[in-house]
Amino acid sequence: MSVNRDIFVSPERQSYLKQMKKRRQNIILGRVLILIGIIVGWEAAADLGIIDPFITSQPSKILTTIINLHNNGQLYNHIWATVAETVVGFIVGTAFGTLIAIGLWWSDYACKILDPYLVVLNSLPKPALGPILIVWLGNGKPAIIAMALLISLIVTIIMVLNGFLEVDKNKIKLLQTFGASKAQILTKVILPASVPTVISALKINVGLSWVGVIMGEFLVSKEGLGYLIIYGSQVFELDLVMSSVIILAIVAAIMYQAVSYLETRFMQYKE
Amino acid sequence: MSQIIVHVDKIGLTYQTAEGETEAIKDISMDIYEKDFVGIVGPSGCGKSTLLSIIAGLIKPTRGTVIVDGQAVDGPSNKMGYMLQEDYLFEWRNIWQNVLLGLEIQNKVNESTKSHVEQLLKNYGLYEFRYHYPHQLSGGMRQRAALIRTLALNPEILLLDEPFSALDYQTRLAVSEEVAAIIKQEGKTAVLVTHDISEAISMSDRIYVLSQRPAIVKNVYDIRLSCQDKTPLNARKCPEFREYFNSIWKELDIHVG
Repeated sequence: MSVNRDIFVSPERQSYLKQMKKRRQNIILGRVLILIGIIVGWEAAADLGIIDPFITSQPSKILTTIINLHNNGQLYNHIWATVAETVVGFIVGTAFGTLIAIGLWWSDYACKILDPYLVVLNSLPKPALGPILIVWLGNGKPAIIAMALLISLIVTIIMVLNGFLEVDKNKIKLLQTFGASKAQILTKVILPASVPTVISALKINVGLSWVGVIMGEFLVSKEGLGYLIIYGSQVFELDLVMSSVIILAIVAAIMYQAVSYLETRFMQYKE
Repeated sequence: MSQIIVHVDKIGLTYQTAEGETEAIKDISMDIYEKDFVGIVGPSGCGKSTLLSIIAGLIKPTRGTVIVDGQAVDGPSNKMGYMLQEDYLFEWRNIWQNVLLGLEIQNKVNESTKSHVEQLLKNYGLYEFRYHYPHQLSGGMRQRAALIRTLALNPEILLLDEPFSALDYQTRLAVSEEVAAIIKQEGKTAVLVTHDISEAISMSDRIYVLSQRPAIVKNVYDIRLSCQDKTPLNARKCPEFREYFNSIWKELDIHVG
């Protein structure tokens, strides 16, 4: 079939393909134009005095700030600090959350008993615990990571446990007809069937972990992108604040893409 | 005459729930002979699937016992293979890994069991597809793979719990034809639970008709068709087919509306 298509392409197909290509190009063009528009408009508005670059900063100054940070080597220390905290936060959050969910799946009693506690912890805004974490864990990285962890942990437990409980009862019955033990039901059905759920939990946790880490850095840290943002605003250096936010946006997007790539790798059997 | 392989002795089952007690099965006894194909029909919700689960050892009856090969049933055993309403092939395993599932659970994957499964795949046209994933196969092939997964453990008795109900009508006819042929060729005893009267008549040697809940055996039919080659499709063409259908239909006493 596909060979035939390569040899002979009907005129209708050709014009369709051309149209699709044009559409794709236009979409990319639109995206680039918006970006250029923002940068040029921002720069021009600042130069012409329509907006005050002291409180809005402007693209050329942001670029200079980033280059300076790059030249004195600080940039990568800050990015690394924040990225490391985030990665530890979401990996540990997903892993612990999944482990606790396994425990709750295993014991129906424990699940029922702990249910109201999970509901309360889930509705509690985690940043409220920030000061407590600082008192307990000190003014440093452990408190920041704990914050990222707390934000993602409860959500993971609830999501993954629901995933476990939604596994088709008949798949479990099938294993029971083979005389499977509870541990075998867990490893042969529940866990493999829940891989998609765990990966979507991971995806959500990447975002939540960023929130936790930036929150934490606002409160305690001496380095990291969150620290740069809060420091910049305190000394009223908006160039530094804007630069940090832009770098943060780029790094967060890259991390999200990496997890999405992981997802497609694991989901290959569905293709 | 062949031997009795399954003896169901005065089974009764009462469910306990927070709302109260429900008597699902009142009193059922049956004898199933070796290599027979037995159909169980009854109105929906009468507990026919529950009965099958009891025979399989998945549910303990409140009263009575099931004796298979002279031994009382106490939990799932390898003498019986169970086929569920859908194929339930695991989408994250390929066909080969799926058909080995039962052996894997029982730690019995070895050269001889593997070659047995390979032979089954070859016999029933799935060998070339062993590295395919379930979604790449047709409904009929998936059902065959599910049957091979059950046969891999070499059960003497196959318990079929409406195994074709998820298939469309045409596939259903074709698959029941195939499954009947495979069961006959492998020399297995089979118990088929279904709500489809024609399916039961076309496949079974003997049919138990159950009453509404709480279930009792209302009647037993020995199906004797005058056809030469009694495959499920041919059976539907026999003159006696309609007579059996009508009397079982009346027996079930189905009211619509």
